[in-house]
Amino acid sequence: MAKMILSMDGLVLKEIALNKERMTIGRRASNDIQIDNLAISGEHAAVVTILNDSFLEDLNSTNGTLINGQPAKKHFLKNNDVIELGKYKLKYLAEHVQQPEAGDFEKTVIIRHNMLRPEPAAEPEAAAAAPSSASGDALAAQAPRPAAASAAIQILNGANAGRELELTKTLTTLGKPGVQVAVIARRPQGYFITHVEGAQFPVVNGQAIGIQAHQLGDHDVVEIAGIKMEFFLKS
Amino acid sequence: MFNSLSNALEIVVRTDPGMVRGQNEDAVFANPNQGYVILADGMGGYNAGEVASGMATMFLSSELEAAFIARAPHEIDSATGELFAHRCILDKVAMTNSAIYNMSESQAQYAGMGTTLVLALFYDNQITVAHIGDSRVYRLRGDGFCAITRDHSLLQEQIDSGLISPDDARFSQNKNLVTRALGVDAEVEAEVHDYPVHTGDIYLLCSDGLNDMVEDEEIRLTLQTLSANLELAATQLIQMANDNGGRDNVSVILVKILQDFPAERGWRSKFMTWLKVR
Repeated sequence: MAKMILSMDGLVLKEIALNKERMTIGRRASNDIQIDNLAISGEHAAVVTILNDSFLEDLNSTNGTLINGQPAKKHFLKNNDVIELGKYKLKYLAEHVQQPEAGDFEKTVIIRHNMLRPEPAAEPEAAAAAPSSASGDALAAQAPRPAAASAAIQILNGANAGRELELTKTLTTLGKPGVQVAVIARRPQGYFITHVEGAQFPVVNGQAIGIQAHQLGDHDVVEIAGIKMEFFLKS
Repeated sequence: MFNSLSNALEIVVRTDPGMVRGQNEDAVFANPNQGYVILADGMGGYNAGEVASGMATMFLSSELEAAFIARAPHEIDSATGELFAHRCILDKVAMTNSAIYNMSESQAQYAGMGTTLVLALFYDNQITVAHIGDSRVYRLRGDGFCAITRDHSLLQEQIDSGLISPDDARFSQNKNLVTRALGVDAEVEAEVHDYPVHTGDIYLLCSDGLNDMVEDEEIRLTLQTLSANLELAATQLIQMANDNGGRDNVSVILVKILQDFPAERGWRSKFMTWLKVR
């Protein structure tokens, strides 16, 4: 279950589990999270939780609410977001799944609308609490893993001799469409050249490569459609 | 019988368990002669997902095959004015739903099993897309690349209602919650749409194991760069999904339109057309 850590001036005051669909924050005792301070409005803000996602809503408070330093009326909460009300900080921590079995990651689950109330504690497998991806830090893993060191190719002959092309994209095409085309793929494991079309296959260090992808090494010389180029890693 | 579409369509199907999941509960199928492809992403405990998606592709494909031998998709029912393609798809999907639903009720280990479904049928220079769930169909036409299906998912409903922005949606922990699935209820409604098809179009059917791991922009770049080599494009897409974590089974079906494929119409209608032109 997601939770929030309430603190002031760096001192942790309380840990709050987001176990209700709507939790209000304010000065009045009737709030789920009560903060007894004049800078906080009676009903200052609310955190609405829909299954595994939480949203912050400012309830037209006098002094406003900040998210990560920016004023906000409504905000979709991401792991480690910091909500500020007056001098108080609420840090949002997304649900940490206790080491899910490999099979649970990213499982598709059917949901019906009467399942939207979050059930406390144990949830049946097919129901509301779909196993979420691990901590918010794992969300960064959804972005591509950083590729190997940056690299470039330098043209060695022809009209463009001397020109350098940095290999920044996931796929860089080389050659002439309709004649001979190869592609260099940028992957976490390194750079790989693969033949795409044409009767001739790319030649690396004097040898034609097969249909499989071929990993490029520093200073390999590649020849495609009559153009020679050198692949090199940049540090 | 009716002309084969295998000269007009280049089709590649590929499925991969990914880097994390022990088994593959996706299923893919292609019938290049009759011009349709099916993709299903199964869900359920134990191996029920595999059973559900397998039933979806096998059952639906054999029903469609028999139906389209008897009657062509482009024909219009004189009584109802309905395209046979639509009638047939709705009927056969309903039958497939019942088959899976009944199976799930009959055995404890299959209880609650279901599957997403995407079906793309090509005929008469058009495509009819039927889908249930969050597996998708994308179309690349020139520089334009977009999904032509809208997910039946909680997240999509939230985006549609303005609750979450598409940017924030990428971080949602409520992904993979579908609001419609095949085989989980006695009745289900597939969403069906027709679109015209141009030579050079590339259609991509995929399970969420692809679009959850790879950004749309990267998918577009891959298809544009490797459009001349569909096998390589499929390999590259799956590789990217796995390089980015491969947290789910990943399946892709690529269909490239090589030439026109107008429906064969009888001499009578050709004559009527000729009369009109004069």
